[in-house]
Amino acid sequence: MRFFETSSVQEIARRIPSGAKLCVAKDESGVSMVVTRELARRARDGALRDLHLITVPVSGIQADILIGAGAVGTLETSAVSLGEYGPAPCFTRAVKAGAIRLIDGTCPAIYAGLQAGEKGIPFIPLRGIVESDLMRHRADWKVIDNPFSARRDPVVLIEAIKPDIALFHAPFADRFGNVFVGRQREVATIAHAARETFVTVERIVDEDLAHHPQMAGSTIPAVYISAIAVAPRGAAPLQLGGEYGIAEAVLARYAKQAASQAGFEELLQEWLSTASAARSAPEAALAA
Amino acid sequence: MSASVGVTAPEILITTIARLLADPAVVRHVAVGASSPIPGAAALLARAQREAAGVAPLRLSILGSLAHNSFTSGGVEIFDMAATGRIDVFFLGGGEIDGAANINLVGVGTEQAGYPAHAVRWPGSFGSAYLYYLVPRVILFREEHTRRVMVPKVDFVSAPGKSAPDVHRPGGPYGMLTSRCWFAFDKAAGRFRLESVHPGHTAEEVREHTGFEFDCAVHDADVPQTASPDNATLQLLRSRVRGELMETYPKFAGSLPEADGYCGI
Repeated sequence: MRFFETSSVQEIARRIPSGAKLCVAKDESGVSMVVTRELARRARDGALRDLHLITVPVSGIQADILIGAGAVGTLETSAVSLGEYGPAPCFTRAVKAGAIRLIDGTCPAIYAGLQAGEKGIPFIPLRGIVESDLMRHRADWKVIDNPFSARRDPVVLIEAIKPDIALFHAPFADRFGNVFVGRQREVATIAHAARETFVTVERIVDEDLAHHPQMAGSTIPAVYISAIAVAPRGAAPLQLGGEYGIAEAVLARYAKQAASQAGFEELLQEWLSTASAARSAPEAALAA
Repeated sequence: MSASVGVTAPEILITTIARLLADPAVVRHVAVGASSPIPGAAALLARAQREAAGVAPLRLSILGSLAHNSFTSGGVEIFDMAATGRIDVFFLGGGEIDGAANINLVGVGTEQAGYPAHAVRWPGSFGSAYLYYLVPRVILFREEHTRRVMVPKVDFVSAPGKSAPDVHRPGGPYGMLTSRCWFAFDKAAGRFRLESVHPGHTAEEVREHTGFEFDCAVHDADVPQTASPDNATLQLLRSRVRGELMETYPKFAGSLPEADGYCGI
């Protein structure tokens, strides 16, 4: 028997409202592409806009699709890129046009901001950064003199990041709602800092992960988790560590077709109609 | 040591970086960022060479690799390791790099267009604003060596080459490798110094394609040629290292020459 109600991909997407501060992780950390697709559908249908998207610390196709679909009002990131497949086309277009509010950051500052968030403290000091031009655009980053140093020692203070919602995909959860994340510990930090955490998983397992001597350290306990939906291959076309690799042809096709906004919309439309036709097997949508 | 025939341009770059990672007293742990196949290959080569020489092992962490990466605490670990002195060498690039080793990963026209709008936009700063400050030897690596990239002054400083004296800065630029040459970075002068040009390239050509001033200790005609790898190094690169690289960079590894008669990793 299960000790929590499993949700659905559509239900999770509905619980991410316009204006929410939504926090997602980098490609290899477990990206819920299956919910991302539903969010893009909602944006296209006019039901979702103005998300404040925070990428931990960077993103690729996930942020690019959300931007292209018009779901994002503010983007807080260290970088958005399709990596080996080239620049992220919708991101590049939107930034060049000034179409989204951009909060340019740097990877360790995003991690540190979330660490402050999970501790419930207002800010956290961090080395480096002081003379970067990023400082000129970040009123929320302050420089103070290290109060513990005898001589001048400028240190940057990073404001805590407190997302409304964390969203990611994980290999499995147990029937008590504990979620296994393996070595991708950044998603645990995100879940700790966020008010609500929505997770899609490949499957539900029987054993209690929170009390398993080998797995407990790599598990987020159920107390942080608001909803779980089972979605096999829910990270596709991205990879999921230990489960499946990146769908190279899909990424290559995306990079090429999304180079124009018309091409992007055509591809999105194709993916969304495939997903509607195959709701019970969501992996089909991006396998084409 | 005999010089090899048929050395390719990427092999010159890989083996040049591997030489910079050779000294076990200086380089204990090298980290390589995502989408950096040439530095990644160099780190794997340096590790294999140390093994063959029986000297202290080289630890390496290639982001994006599962097999050649030992982080267990998530994405933050590389930054915490850097801040606590556990990473000796890292690689950074830039859409623009200037003569003071300032790097720009953000874009061009950031002020004219009215930031955050840009005329040209790149992915973003990644961890550069932090790692450049904290990793003792940051090797700048950018294959494209044109006046578009090597500019007099970067349009946006993602991370500065030099810091004010009171800023905590154990790290910074060590040198810059391009498709044409190797520059050392003189920290006191805050300038690059041309050290060697790769086979088939000249100092004159480097000047023609560099938008910033740099130092050179000798006359242009006397600038040494970047060393070519010996046969043993090439053999190692074309066999074991090529195989190891397949896991993270299959496309790039496949483009490297393969040693004759080599079968399997």
